[in-house]
Amino acid sequence: MSEHTTDKRVREASRRRFLQAGAALAGGSAIAGVSGSTALAEQGNNLPPSVPEWMKTPGDPMGSQPYGAPSVHEKGVIKNISKTLPQYISASGRTPLQELDGIITPNGLFYERHHGGVPTIDPAEHRLMLHGMVDRPLVFTMEDIRRFPSQSRIHFLECSGNPVYTKPYGKTASDLVGLLSCAEWTGVPLKTVLDEAGLQAGAKWIVAEGADAAALTRSIPIEKCLDDAMLVYSQNGERLRPQQGYPLRLLLPGFEGNMNVKWLRRLKVVAEPAYSREETSKYTDPMPDGTSREFTFYMEAKSIITRPSGGQKLTTHGFHEITGIAWSGHGKIKSVEVSLDEGKSWQQAELQEPVLTRALTRFRLPWHWDGTPAVIQSRAIDETGYIQPTLAELVAVRGLNSFYHNNAIWPWRIDANGEVTNGQA
Amino acid sequence: MARRKLKAAFLVGAIAMLAAAAQAEDRFGIGRPATPAEIAGWNIDIGRDGSNLPPGSGSVERGRAVFAEQCTACHGDSGQGGVGDRLVGGQGTLASPKPIRTVGSYWPYAPTLFDYIRRAMPQNAPQSLSNEDVYAVSAYILSLNGIVPANAVLDAKSLAAVKMPNRDGFVSDPRPDVHNR
Repeated sequence: MSEHTTDKRVREASRRRFLQAGAALAGGSAIAGVSGSTALAEQGNNLPPSVPEWMKTPGDPMGSQPYGAPSVHEKGVIKNISKTLPQYISASGRTPLQELDGIITPNGLFYERHHGGVPTIDPAEHRLMLHGMVDRPLVFTMEDIRRFPSQSRIHFLECSGNPVYTKPYGKTASDLVGLLSCAEWTGVPLKTVLDEAGLQAGAKWIVAEGADAAALTRSIPIEKCLDDAMLVYSQNGERLRPQQGYPLRLLLPGFEGNMNVKWLRRLKVVAEPAYSREETSKYTDPMPDGTSREFTFYMEAKSIITRPSGGQKLTTHGFHEITGIAWSGHGKIKSVEVSLDEGKSWQQAELQEPVLTRALTRFRLPWHWDGTPAVIQSRAIDETGYIQPTLAELVAVRGLNSFYHNNAIWPWRIDANGEVTNGQA
Repeated sequence: MARRKLKAAFLVGAIAMLAAAAQAEDRFGIGRPATPAEIAGWNIDIGRDGSNLPPGSGSVERGRAVFAEQCTACHGDSGQGGVGDRLVGGQGTLASPKPIRTVGSYWPYAPTLFDYIRRAMPQNAPQSLSNEDVYAVSAYILSLNGIVPANAVLDAKSLAAVKMPNRDGFVSDPRPDVHNR
């Protein structure tokens, strides 16, 4: 945790530091709400020179947590779920991006979107049916699926409505683009399983169906199925969570989240798409002329600064690392640029290795905050040369009602007190 | 000549056998055949052309009763929306600053309305309605939108024949569409 976090414990420490700094600078020129970076001794029973209480008695015994949980001091780091949703059966919950480091999302914080609730599926009674334009229609048990040669790959998943184009945009990085997560996925390439059934001539699409109460159905172009699509049973080393499709899901790296059908029970090979509700009535992108774009699969290049970001506060002048994440459904991130002056000039951020295709890439830029208000933002450039656009550039083409696939640059405004707020609000 | 033909036929046969053997070797032999009955039980997809629509029919009148019982809690008495989507109206609004997307104004195909209602509605008990009732509710929603008359009875053939107002309203994905270099 850093001084940017809203964690209560750290806030307390910051407050103490501020009070002490204020006392030290009494009669001086302290800026209201922001302490100087002067190092001052702190006071507390667990602070030096005292011996902290947790060293004076043994800790919890082995086995007190058979499945580990985060520290009790991290209780606030949970999924961001609105308390005012019209309903919770078909709804979404967001990853607290601004609280996380690196590129891997912990399984318990992975974003969720379901259309008919989260089913409780007995893997012994789950089957995958593969039929349609194949030589041999097949049924697989989960044991069958795990017998195939396996692969593990790191990819992001992102909901296509992340965020919408209209206000209110929200306050935090999670409010804005929290329907985004990244994991290491293990499963079998879909192509391997399709070869087992034998595709027939004229096979152009595969309709994937979930075993949830929405029986969610999406059509996937055959090219994607034969490229990097996977049937996934594990996420970050453990079996999928129910919220992520336990026991089996489709993974289509770089394609919009809902196509990565969870609780996968059926693959039907066909000549034309199903034109299902989720690819006509929903997940089509309305344009100002009244038409709507259909089959908008790819998540285009995007980035966001997660620290400092909305809802956080810089409590000291001086050195701060600006960090965030970038990703593209079209491949690897080539570079990320950061602007500290409302987009007038841009500088290269450092990319943290590994830079993987269709995965989150962590970027960093060292920064010295002198206490003057600033607007900071990042823009991603992917290996196709595509440059993340501004919201104005997107809206000029798509209008305000397009709903899906908003990959705009997002600015954060930092005021003289160090408060960080949404630069578009 | 006959001998040469025979030889050629033998060669073709041998190559085909080899190819089949090679293909079999590429496979892992994992999974078991899906039976026609298993496939029929799970394959409830309805094509946009109405393919795979089941036998049976349903009237607007019957649909009104089923809707009142099963749908109004979320979609409102007359499909005006609530916790669930608005289903009625909005025709002519798609190019306006406040587009209203409903079954009547937005859905491109009528048979996929049957598909969705049968597979996912009502939300608290999906796949519980009879095929007749799914036809009836589909007919009722279409009639609320002025797409079929109030005395309509829909079956596989007549539902497939319904032309939705926004059938031609969808375009393919032109992205990248923002020119910012």
